[in-house]
Amino acid sequence: MSAHAGTVLEADVVVIGAGPAGIAAAARIAEAGLRTVLLDESANVGGQIWRHRPGTAHPRAARDWIDRLVLSGATILCGTAVVDLRPAAEGARFVITAERDNAPLVVAAMSVVLATGARERFLPFPGWTLPGVIGVGGAQALLKSGLSFAGKRVVIAGSGPLLLPVAAALAGDGAQIALVAEQAPRGSVMRFAASLWRKPAALLQAARYRAGFLRTPYQTGSWVTTAHGDGQLDAVTVTDGRTSRRIPCDFLCSAYGLVPNTQLARLLNCDVAAGSVVVNERQETSRPFVFCAGETTGVGGVDLALVEGEIAGLCAAGRSADARVLHRRRAGLRAMAEAMELAFAPRNELRGVATPGTIVCRCEDVAFGAIGASWTTRQAKLYTRAGMGPCQGRVCGAALEFLFDWPADAVRTPAEPALLSTLLADAGNVAAGPLHQGVFQ
Amino acid sequence: MSRPGELVTIVADGRELRVPAGTSVAAALLGGGVWAFRQSVGGEMRAPLCGMGICFECRVTIDGVPHRRACLVPAKDGLEVHTASRELA
Repeated sequence: MSAHAGTVLEADVVVIGAGPAGIAAAARIAEAGLRTVLLDESANVGGQIWRHRPGTAHPRAARDWIDRLVLSGATILCGTAVVDLRPAAEGARFVITAERDNAPLVVAAMSVVLATGARERFLPFPGWTLPGVIGVGGAQALLKSGLSFAGKRVVIAGSGPLLLPVAAALAGDGAQIALVAEQAPRGSVMRFAASLWRKPAALLQAARYRAGFLRTPYQTGSWVTTAHGDGQLDAVTVTDGRTSRRIPCDFLCSAYGLVPNTQLARLLNCDVAAGSVVVNERQETSRPFVFCAGETTGVGGVDLALVEGEIAGLCAAGRSADARVLHRRRAGLRAMAEAMELAFAPRNELRGVATPGTIVCRCEDVAFGAIGASWTTRQAKLYTRAGMGPCQGRVCGAALEFLFDWPADAVRTPAEPALLSTLLADAGNVAAGPLHQGVFQ
Repeated sequence: MSRPGELVTIVADGRELRVPAGTSVAAALLGGGVWAFRQSVGGEMRAPLCGMGICFECRVTIDGVPHRRACLVPAKDGLEVHTASRELA
């Protein structure tokens, strides 16, 4: 630690991830008068759900929370990727090494709130590496980042409640939605919808009407088996298990729900069960002073993320008693999240879609046929480099877990590819530099 | 600082692309018809998959710094981008 002295930002609590959970947590902590640093990799706060198109306003709920965050006095550092997070040798409890503007940034903190969100679950099929194949949330992210889909033919195929709103958003931008294919069987989707609204047909109808794509086929029990194209996507084959058809398109949006981003929690050896970080009723992980909130503790949507973020923030600020009024709301939202996970679980047939030549690890171009079913994730890494590229298994890891039932491998630093200067700062060999001394006021 | 609604110009492989301020480099490139962001280790051309900084498929060289994730970098006036599309030309 001594090498960092004088160049380290000091915080009572550092919050990692500025989506709804991280914003709610950071606001609550800073409002309690604690020195709060909020870090996020993106250029703006809001996370994926509150990402908004250049030149447009945030939705109301987002604006209220973001205003509250700004007023709270928390130090907000966007464009900051966390590379390492570990117990500090002395002084503070934790030391976080990050990279910002291609330079290292070190933060020492007494407590940590992890609000690292979730990523999409991608499952490999022939042709999924073609340009034009993107995620479902990926399409929404690109739309909100300024990409126009006007006039583009789009197939949306995957699973989960995100498919319809993304179809609506793209249609609203002028895309021609050729098909929305949900892999879950009709019965599951209807039961889930019923658990929400009691009128499943009305829910679907409302979503489709609002989207202005009433004639767009929404097909349950259907999934993509192949993406076609020579250097760029031009069509997909969709099946319902009995008959297949080929649909021309410019974009395929495909993802099978979300998986929590647990890398940083696992770096700190926090307990993880069924892919989610385990927390107690105070949103505290198995490691004292490390809290976790939002999708990272189990995918449940923006309302659950906000309430968990508030609870984590209050408890990290030593105000657990004030958080109790929020417990009931959290319990209700969690029950809904569990129903969602059951309804949209990926079907078995999706395990048989990849062919031996289908690339599974896109960073290292490792084909499905090169991976032995009897291996472990670690063996796949050692023998084929699957999961060893820049994304560090964030894409293929969830696929391998689904295809082979392999548990995730251990996480190591750096959590993200980093510059040597950042790694040196992390090792404590080089001071983080005067560049950042003025950032924290 | 550019304001919302204002247009900015980036230079992608020598070609000027004008986009609203706040547009990500990834969205600017895709909108400009760029499909080959990077070449994979096996020689395939790749373009963004996740759109949110996870997959590293949108890596390009920005202002001389290689392996920048285009989806995380906002377009700014004069920003210079090199993609794998050059190899196709």
